[in-house]
Amino acid sequence: MAKRIRVLVAKPGLDGHDRGAKVVALALRDAGFEVIYTGLHQTVEQIVEAAIQEDVDAIGLSILSGAHLPIAKKLMAQLRANQMEEALVLIGGNIPARDVEPLQALGVAGVFPTGSSFDSIAAFIRERVAAKEPAG
Amino acid sequence: MSEKIREVILESGIPVKPVYGPEDIARPDGIGAPGEFPFTRGIHPLMYRARPWTMRQYAGFGAPSETNERFKFLIANGQNALNVAFDLPTQMGLDSDDPLAEGEVGRVGMAVDTLADMETAFDGIPIDKISVSLTINAVAAPIMAMYFVVAEKHGVPLADVRGTSQNDILKEYIGRGAWIFPVTHGIRLVTDTLEFCARHAPKYYPVSVCGYHLRESGANPVQEIAYAYCIARAYIQETLKRGLQVDDFAERLSFNFDIFGNLWEQVAKFRAARRLWARLLRDEFGAQKPGTLQMKMIAGGGGGGLTIEQPENNIVRGAYYALISALSGAQTMALCSYDEAYTIPTEKAALISLRTMQILVEEMGLCDTVDPLGGSYYVEWLTNEMETRILAEMQRVDAEMGGIVRAVSEGAVQSEVAHQALKFERGLQDGSIPKVGVNKYRAEEDERDVALHEYKPERAEESIRRTQQIKVSRDAPAVTAALDRVREVAANGQNIMPAMMDAVRAYATLGEMTKVLKSVFGEFEEPVRL
Repeated sequence: MAKRIRVLVAKPGLDGHDRGAKVVALALRDAGFEVIYTGLHQTVEQIVEAAIQEDVDAIGLSILSGAHLPIAKKLMAQLRANQMEEALVLIGGNIPARDVEPLQALGVAGVFPTGSSFDSIAAFIRERVAAKEPAG
Repeated sequence: MSEKIREVILESGIPVKPVYGPEDIARPDGIGAPGEFPFTRGIHPLMYRARPWTMRQYAGFGAPSETNERFKFLIANGQNALNVAFDLPTQMGLDSDDPLAEGEVGRVGMAVDTLADMETAFDGIPIDKISVSLTINAVAAPIMAMYFVVAEKHGVPLADVRGTSQNDILKEYIGRGAWIFPVTHGIRLVTDTLEFCARHAPKYYPVSVCGYHLRESGANPVQEIAYAYCIARAYIQETLKRGLQVDDFAERLSFNFDIFGNLWEQVAKFRAARRLWARLLRDEFGAQKPGTLQMKMIAGGGGGGLTIEQPENNIVRGAYYALISALSGAQTMALCSYDEAYTIPTEKAALISLRTMQILVEEMGLCDTVDPLGGSYYVEWLTNEMETRILAEMQRVDAEMGGIVRAVSEGAVQSEVAHQALKFERGLQDGSIPKVGVNKYRAEEDERDVALHEYKPERAEESIRRTQQIKVSRDAPAVTAALDRVREVAANGQNIMPAMMDAVRAYATLGEMTKVLKSVFGEFEEPVRL
């Protein structure tokens, strides 16, 4: 059996609306992923540290306050500083369409605004993680 | 005839028959009259015939000067109360210049660091006539202290100051997440404000218990009321330990409830909730004053029911939610604006919400007759059904989760609510819970044409500069002395409010006051449990 994909679901910053984060975490777990949920009020540094500690394949951030661009910028810089630029980063939450491209330009692999289906998130992670595995 | 009829089961799990009749509502004690125990039909005999509901749209953003302009705009357009939104750093007790506040200053509410910010926000606002609601929780004590001092400066003494604070910390641990201190200390601060107001500010409503955020986090309508009542009961029990009688303070507890979903289920929920509250207060706490037995609420909202898809549909939903609120006998109404699923409201969106309520009052006859659905076979049956289930859920919290305080500390309610949210989301995704524009009548939308509220980072700079100026110009030794006093009182268990008001008067910052409290109380460790 293939190794289960490990996903860190994180709530960065001060925003405490965690319904989306928890629901996605539960749905991914039900879909066979190994899910680690950070809980609220995490700094970007704490999230990167958790990603290293837990040796995750993907990091999913849930942001509803509107501060997704500054947070993503900080996260990507921290990942680079820790030689983790290969980590698959997903952002979900209250993300307007016009911010999708800027987020991708920062290196965010997938943007899943409110209402995205669990299946589409799970399929995206599976596909992209598989693509990163060395062939053989 | 064996024609198959469609099965209807409400979100709270209640199966609904196609027809109801007199045999469904036989109940020994009847439904009573409006304004009479147990207040099923409303807390006043004449309800909106005597006075329409209060309109209180949630507003606040950027620097206090910007918020002050929005307040004046809403008042000029006929709004008769204010509902203040604070930004996340303020809600978390951080000053605007704190590194953790970066990117969030003034974003989802107004930034408040010191008394000066509150002075600016309420400049030129007649707070003796306009009642102000403060949506603040973990740091409600210092923010209330600021408001009381502003009122003093407006010539309104404590004994006359009116208004409401949200100040419901227990629900923050379940939904919304703006908590700072451990549960017992959080409850202690709430109790301090309840005691202080009962003794010194008797017209002020210090706590608005929020089923709203529980439901927004996933709770179904039965759980929304049940958990909110368990929380309210916990605050009452704590305040009784301060040597007050229930009739001295419980009258000033109010509620904030959510409206979205099935119309009948919501109306029945509120009618059942009023009856249950009256019985709970009389039978469990021995309350006698009518005011204590009357469940007062702000209802409207419905953020969870609004959609990103086809956003104009949210204007229609908002109108139905307002109708439900009026049919349910709410004292105060606030609607989520149609752009709620995107960001905080633009001036236009806020005005549409206000006009929605005004149309109901002025054109639709909603204020003509009290509880017009009273006596409906279906509504009365459903009211009874909701009451039974809410009570059972409250008993389950006590019997299976060890009471609400323990349940919150250990994450049991949080887990319950998250699983309910998952169930609901699956229903949306598989189409078993219909949502127009989302899983029904979905349309390919090009660029959505929604004018959104623009966040202005330069206003954050303004907040930071202002606070730094105050920090250098204030009487530093007085600030230190006032903060030392807050620390001492936090530790010795005396009521924190007088010391807090003195610190506010000395222009201590919210961040400084919160740090002092953290040094005594510590911080909440979230029981992360999926």
